Amino acid sequence: MSGATDTYLTIDNVSKIFGPRLTMGERIVRGAMRKPPPPSLTAVSRVSLTLAKGQTLGLVGESGCGKSTLGRVIAGIYAPSSGAVTVDGQKVMEDGRKITTAVQTVFQDPFASLDPRMKVGDAVAEGPIAHGIVSRAESRAHVEKWFSRVGLDPTLAGRYPHQFSGGQRQRIAIARALAMNPKLLICDEPVASLDVSIQAQVINLFLELRRELNLTCVFISHDLSVVRHVSDRVAVMYLGRIVELGETRQVFTRPTHPYTAALLDSVPRIAAEGEVLMEVKPISGEIPSPLNPPPGCHFTPRCPRATAECSARIPPLRSIAPGQSAACHHAEAQMAEPERAEV
Amino acid sequence: MTAVLEVRDLRTEFFTAAGTVRAVNDVSFSLDEGEIIGLVGESGSGKSVTGFSLLGLIDAPGRITGGSVRLNGSELVGMSRGELRRRRGREIAMIFQDPIATLNPLLTIGQQMGLALSAHERLSPKATEDRCTEALERVGIPSARARLKSYPHEFSGGMRQRVAIAIALLHRPKVIVADEPTTALDVSIQAQIVTEMKMLAREFGVAMIWISHDLAVVSGIASRILVMYAGRIVETGTAAEVLRNPIHPYTRGLLDSMPHATRPGEMLRQIPGSMPSMLSLPPGCAFAPRCPRADAACTAVPELVQQGGRSWRCVHPLTQPDHEGATA
Repeated sequence: MSGATDTYLTIDNVSKIFGPRLTMGERIVRGAMRKPPPPSLTAVSRVSLTLAKGQTLGLVGESGCGKSTLGRVIAGIYAPSSGAVTVDGQKVMEDGRKITTAVQTVFQDPFASLDPRMKVGDAVAEGPIAHGIVSRAESRAHVEKWFSRVGLDPTLAGRYPHQFSGGQRQRIAIARALAMNPKLLICDEPVASLDVSIQAQVINLFLELRRELNLTCVFISHDLSVVRHVSDRVAVMYLGRIVELGETRQVFTRPTHPYTAALLDSVPRIAAEGEVLMEVKPISGEIPSPLNPPPGCHFTPRCPRATAECSARIPPLRSIAPGQSAACHHAEAQMAEPERAEV
Repeated sequence: MTAVLEVRDLRTEFFTAAGTVRAVNDVSFSLDEGEIIGLVGESGSGKSVTGFSLLGLIDAPGRITGGSVRLNGSELVGMSRGELRRRRGREIAMIFQDPIATLNPLLTIGQQMGLALSAHERLSPKATEDRCTEALERVGIPSARARLKSYPHEFSGGMRQRVAIAIALLHRPKVIVADEPTTALDVSIQAQIVTEMKMLAREFGVAMIWISHDLAVVSGIASRILVMYAGRIVETGTAAEVLRNPIHPYTRGLLDSMPHATRPGEMLRQIPGSMPSMLSLPPGCAFAPRCPRADAACTAVPELVQQGGRSWRCVHPLTQPDHEGATA
């Protein structure tokens, strides 16, 4: 997409662990009683990646894989348990506080993300005013500009969210995020709750704005065909870890991790030439509980290529081909499989 | 093939304070033994209300105001509530989208399956347990007998949907209406459920109406597709034919707006506008305001045309099958 190779977004060894927050007293009591530490959940485990300016990274995986948590760490909504995120050389968080407005998020559900009792124009103006991007006097023009940019009639700014359809609400959510002049936009399942015909409209709006504003984006979705369409690079996550990372076309046509291959096989598809592909090949079993993940490579119990080594040693994310890396002991064997049709 | 379900000119209306909504408008189709048909449409198209109407599950202010639903030859429309209850679950069953909302959180899986069984059959506790275990095993739930004592929250989303399927299959109904049964699930689990449902349908000869907004999923399970828009069926045909040679511009629009129809990174071919409010439908063809082929002729409701195993409601069809059913 973009010719620039300099890194714009850097995610450096980021982990996010959720566990009960204990008070000092509780900790002392537990220590004195020699109780084991309470269980904790590793939602994101040692993720490192970079993204160049103007590029879009697709984050894919099944529910519970940690893609939304990673998105929220990048957005500065969650503080990482370790590691750091920088955008354009600036840290997103310091001492557990978000210190930049450079990252903004569009959430999945525009019914939940907009305050039902706030006029949509005020919702768009609130952030820019609070952060001194525009004065209260200028805010009206600012809102009108962004309403027009996302294809909404600016005269509707005085209405409330319930007066809009799902697709329009998502446009408002996009306007609200962009009105902050972000350097990085996180889209967390922005089209998942929309109908097919409306989904296409919102994706087109996204493509258009991205080109006009040269936006750098992280696009989180469980829908592989949408991610294929909008991303330059894609990261596949499984139980908190990135298992494959690379150029989108390569990952989708020549996956090097068995999980990516299995995920692609699960997608029902209608082939381009009107040929109907009826059969999907489901992955066996279900994603295990992240509270108690299997040892070694977490995908081992469901993996057709698993060997003893897989549960003994965690495979590191390593380069398999130019522009493509995978965390699998058998990545070379997986890559030797014939190229597949696109999703 | 004999039809187990015959729907003729079905009409369901909701009488609201804001006006009358005709959610299902002259819907007709038939379902053969063991056949799986896909009912496709966007939100508000009336596909779910069609499904509910088949089981007589329409509550006030809604009412079935016309047409007929014949299940194994007997008319369901106008049947007494008691008589309907005797058939629901035994002859025709339903699977809903959200298995969390379907299952009672306060009862164990075994208790609710037992209730479903006792609605139509008198069995000893031992026989009930055996039947339930067998039903859970059939849908691929491991250590089924032990899981009967589990509560719904102890199951994953995919497993809960399997339980709902097991309950629907308990009485070996002739027809199952599945309303978006995999929409809430991950793709990998969706693929498992689709594969299993196909197998179960074949094994038991149960006919199925698979309601979904997702053409790709439907193409993976249904042999025939019905496309709905604003309460009407606008196109029908075999899955392969509808997907390869859509006749109605709306179907074409749906297929074109899917990401894989366009090269990555390029603008998708979107359908302009959105579904009209059911309270103020445009006169004639409801799709006309969004349709690239619309003209003055579209202000009259298009007649249903049937030809070569396909049917459509459009005065400007994209293609027309000859009498053998092949499309140009």
